[in-house]
Amino acid sequence: MPAEPDHDDHDGHDHGGHGHGHVHPVNFDPTAAEPDPFDAAPEGGRACRIGIGGPVGSGKTALTAALCRTLGEELNLAVVTNDIYTTEDADYLRKAGVLDPSRIEAVQTGACPHTAIRDDITANLDAVDELEERFPGLDLVIIESGGDNLTAVFSRGLVDSQVFVVDVAGGDKVPRKGGPGVTTADLLVINKIDIAHLVGADMDVMTSDAHRMRGELPVITQSLVDTPGAPAVSDWVRSLLPITTA
Amino acid sequence: MSMTDSTEPVPVRSGAVSLILADSRFPGGGHVHSGGLEEAVERGLIHGTADLRPFLAGRLRATGELTAVFAAAAAHAAARGVTRRHWAVLDSEFDARTPSAAQREASRAQGRGTARAASAGWPSPVLRELLAETPRPHHPVILGVITGMSGGRPVDAASTAAYLAVSGPASAAVRLLGLDPLAVNGIVANLSRALDDVAGRAAAVAGDDPRDLPAPGAPALDLLAEAQLRHHKEEVRLFAS
Ligand SMILES: Nc1nc2c(ncn2[C@@H]2O[C@H](COP(=O)(O)OP(=O)(O)OP(=O)(O)O)[C@@H](O)[C@H]2O)c(=O)[nH]1
Ligand SMILES: [Mg+2]
Repeated sequence: MPAEPDHDDHDGHDHGGHGHGHVHPVNFDPTAAEPDPFDAAPEGGRACRIGIGGPVGSGKTALTAALCRTLGEELNLAVVTNDIYTTEDADYLRKAGVLDPSRIEAVQTGACPHTAIRDDITANLDAVDELEERFPGLDLVIIESGGDNLTAVFSRGLVDSQVFVVDVAGGDKVPRKGGPGVTTADLLVINKIDIAHLVGADMDVMTSDAHRMRGELPVITQSLVDTPGAPAVSDWVRSLLPITTA
Repeated sequence: MSMTDSTEPVPVRSGAVSLILADSRFPGGGHVHSGGLEEAVERGLIHGTADLRPFLAGRLRATGELTAVFAAAAAHAAARGVTRRHWAVLDSEFDARTPSAAQREASRAQGRGTARAASAGWPSPVLRELLAETPRPHHPVILGVITGMSGGRPVDAASTAAYLAVSGPASAAVRLLGLDPLAVNGIVANLSRALDDVAGRAAAVAGDDPRDLPAPGAPALDLLAEAQLRHHKEEVRLFAS
């Protein structure tokens, strides 16, 4: 899919001329898609896959963009998005210019974002396979889930590690509500701490609840406004690489 | 029951396999396909359960009938044993009966997803041969192969394929329109007799030369599939097909 032109000042719904210049023709040519050229990717070292999940609007795409910006120079990386509005997150990332657009794949989730990352990961595995074929030697694939609820976690069949992103605006009760996202994710990020005072969120309560719910598992508090490069999460990602496959 | 008594007929062992393949929890990627339903909803053709009934009945008689035929044929072939080349022939015959490129892609996407699950669930030489010949097999073909190599009959594979042709859009309708799931299930249940008839007709031709298999179709579904893909590129679509 070609790169979006300069629509930085528009919101993600404005697709400008997208589509008019290259409308998909009604194609009745039975030879158009065949024979299928797909070959299974050779086994061997594969990319580390990191899932980024969390409730709607908590900052998953902003974190993904920050990681691309910070790690894009040192790592061969690609992104899969699962927005319910199929291309919204992908379009944002493409327009943000943090990554070559061909390194971003958007998958459809059939109106069930948690199903696509947990119960039936087929579409996501296909997207990862496609990226690995397109960019041999990928170090890292970041998979952003659609915004979902506190129980939505990634299947271990899809990702090696996962980050759960919550924000202060959801209320300082969120960490103590728990749920698999908060309690089991490999990393919990409490985002938007720059606006904690505006929404009356008590950071001490949030972090102590988070640690109480998670035991030894790490918690990072951050503001992507104050630290746009997400340095702490980037360091955590670096610590995971390279993965060793059995 | 003695397994060594060679006079015993080979037991049909597909019961559980058919249930697994037809289960919406089967992780083969089916949940992101609506079989044209999302496009029909977007166009205002389907509002409620009253419109859903004829859509599903029509889809059963077109896509359901075709996929049942190829699932039955693949099950028959897997059970009798065929050369690798046969899978390529079946594959291209299904292509030839599926004029919409979007539908061919949707079928291959689900076929590949099912193949991935099958490789983990039912590894076998037949499956490996099929995938060596067609790495992204059409959905009904892989359904048939799994059923056939598990001791299932062509009619079992056909039932599974026909059922999936209506259960996918039925589930999509519940998700997209918030329809009463009990009412929608009632519609599917009412199609039981029609499903059996489709499966029976498919089984009757399962051993035919692939080139002679029936070619049922519905141009409206072909066009809805193409439109879905086009609109996905222009605006929001939640389903891949
Ligand atoms: N103040 C502040 N705003 C932030 C921060 N991080 C993200 N945002 C803003 O929060 C809004 C939502 O961020 P996204 O990254 O789109 O959130 P998301 O989790 O990807 O959202 P969905 O994909 O829709 O679930 C955007 O307007 C961001 O600019 C932060 O640290 N501080
Ligand atoms: Mg997002």
